[in-house]
Amino acid sequence: MKPAGFEYHAPRTLGEAVQLLHRFEDDARILAGGQSLVPMMNLRLARPEHIIDINRIGELEHISTADGMLRIGALTRHNAFMTPPTDDPLGRLLAEVGRHIGHLPIRVRGTFAGSIAHADPASEWCLVAATLDAEMHAESSAGQRLIPASEFFLSSLASDLKADEVLAEVRLPLLGEGARFGFEEVSRRAGDFALTMILAVLWLDGGRIDKVRIGIGGAANRAMRAPEAEALLSGQSASPELLRRAAEAATASIDPIKDIHASAAYRRDLVRALTRRALERALA
Amino acid sequence: MTKLDINLNVNGETYPIKVEARRTLADALRDDCGLTGTHLGCEHGVCGACTVLVDDQPVRACLGFAVQFEGSQIRTVEGLADGDELHPLQQAFWDHHGLQCGFCTPGFLMLAVAVLEKNPDIDDGELRRALASNLCRCTGYQNIVKAVRAAAGAMKR
Ligand SMILES: Cc1cc2nc3c(=O)[nH]c(=O)nc-3n(C[C@H](O)[C@H](O)[C@H](O)COP(=O)(O)OP(=O)(O)OC[C@H]3O[C@@H](n4cnc5c(N)ncnc54)[C@H](O)[C@@H]3O)c2cc1C
Ligand code: FES
Ligand code: FES
Repeated sequence: MKPAGFEYHAPRTLGEAVQLLHRFEDDARILAGGQSLVPMMNLRLARPEHIIDINRIGELEHISTADGMLRIGALTRHNAFMTPPTDDPLGRLLAEVGRHIGHLPIRVRGTFAGSIAHADPASEWCLVAATLDAEMHAESSAGQRLIPASEFFLSSLASDLKADEVLAEVRLPLLGEGARFGFEEVSRRAGDFALTMILAVLWLDGGRIDKVRIGIGGAANRAMRAPEAEALLSGQSASPELLRRAAEAATASIDPIKDIHASAAYRRDLVRALTRRALERALA
Repeated sequence: MTKLDINLNVNGETYPIKVEARRTLADALRDDCGLTGTHLGCEHGVCGACTVLVDDQPVRACLGFAVQFEGSQIRTVEGLADGDELHPLQQAFWDHHGLQCGFCTPGFLMLAVAVLEKNPDIDDGELRRALASNLCRCTGYQNIVKAVRAAAGAMKR
């Protein structure tokens, strides 16, 4: 179908975008890569009266590191992560995980921050943000706000971002030398959204697991960590039995969604299997 | 809704057109520039029939608005052949039976042009992953892969 009519705005600065959003608020939507918003407009699931296109705001297209964080500007496309954007292990993690996002033409246009703002539970970047406790830097005419991932993702396609806020930057903590990770995803076909995916990040101290993060995506109504499974593993030396128990704990921690692609029971099975595999991969 | 005056640069030519903001790039190419080689299948980003190049990168023309692309260099399937001489990819699709009804073909050609121009030595796995972006409902994918493989050699020459 064709999208409904709207008024088009193409601000040149973040400040202008914030002002426009303030003026039109509930009637306006930010247009970033358009790879989620435009399909919804074409299907008339979204009919904003004002479109605020941020694609001409050069200052939003950047990746840099400061204070131990990787800072990702709102216009940074998925494609910018196909080669590691930093020497920190986080760079390799982003490159490996990002390859699973859709297809080349989607990655050419779609943005990291757009994925976060869209808050799809099956989004790879939402999983990374939830697992690593990203900070979302939001700007509105009232000022700035840093929102931790634990408070940002509310449920499917719902985030804590207010109608008058622009997500200007996403900040991810660098992992530091020695960090290891494992990522596992199951989808119907290459490039499809994940039915379930698991990201495990860990740090070893001698033979023991010093610190560990486990994130679950696609299985529940939002991307989330699995604190029970993490607690089981911290300070322990890895064994097949321990990984099995951790996978069980991760499975027990979710309230799985069901849809035409997979039942709740199947998603539980996926969480169990993929948690174990992601941990094994991180430990390998 | 008011119409906006914009200039689109397509295949090296400037098209001054008047469009509503809601006009997708695909519809503007087809209906306002008269370039109907770009096809529309799903209109929500899944099939890839509308794939065109924007500044040499493949994009879904159904997922962008024409007004967004003023100042960009757009390439469509109409820009591939040189007069009567087919582009090596077009010739390879012909030679290897890479098309049947032809509906998906412009999208596959533009996707493949972008992929091969960037990486002429792409390996089979990567090539298949790249081509998985688009859907073909009648030829089947084996011959499309074969055609693109063959064209990769021809384009290097
Ligand atoms: C065929 C296909 C396959 C896909 N496969 C995957 C996949 O496997 N994994 C995956 O994660 N995604 C997938 N996607 C979605 C894609 O990654 C989108 O790019 C992403 O979800 C949204 O980013 P965007 O920049 O395109 O945002 P847009 O579509 O422009 O916007 C999405 C929403 O976020 C809001 N928004 C965007 N940026 C901001 C901002 N800076 N501040 C405030 N609000 C903002 C918009 O108003 C809108 O509501 C797929 C899409 C398609 C079409
Ligand atoms: S018509 Fe654009 S992807 Fe199907
Ligand atoms: S040739 Fe008919 S859809 Fe591909």
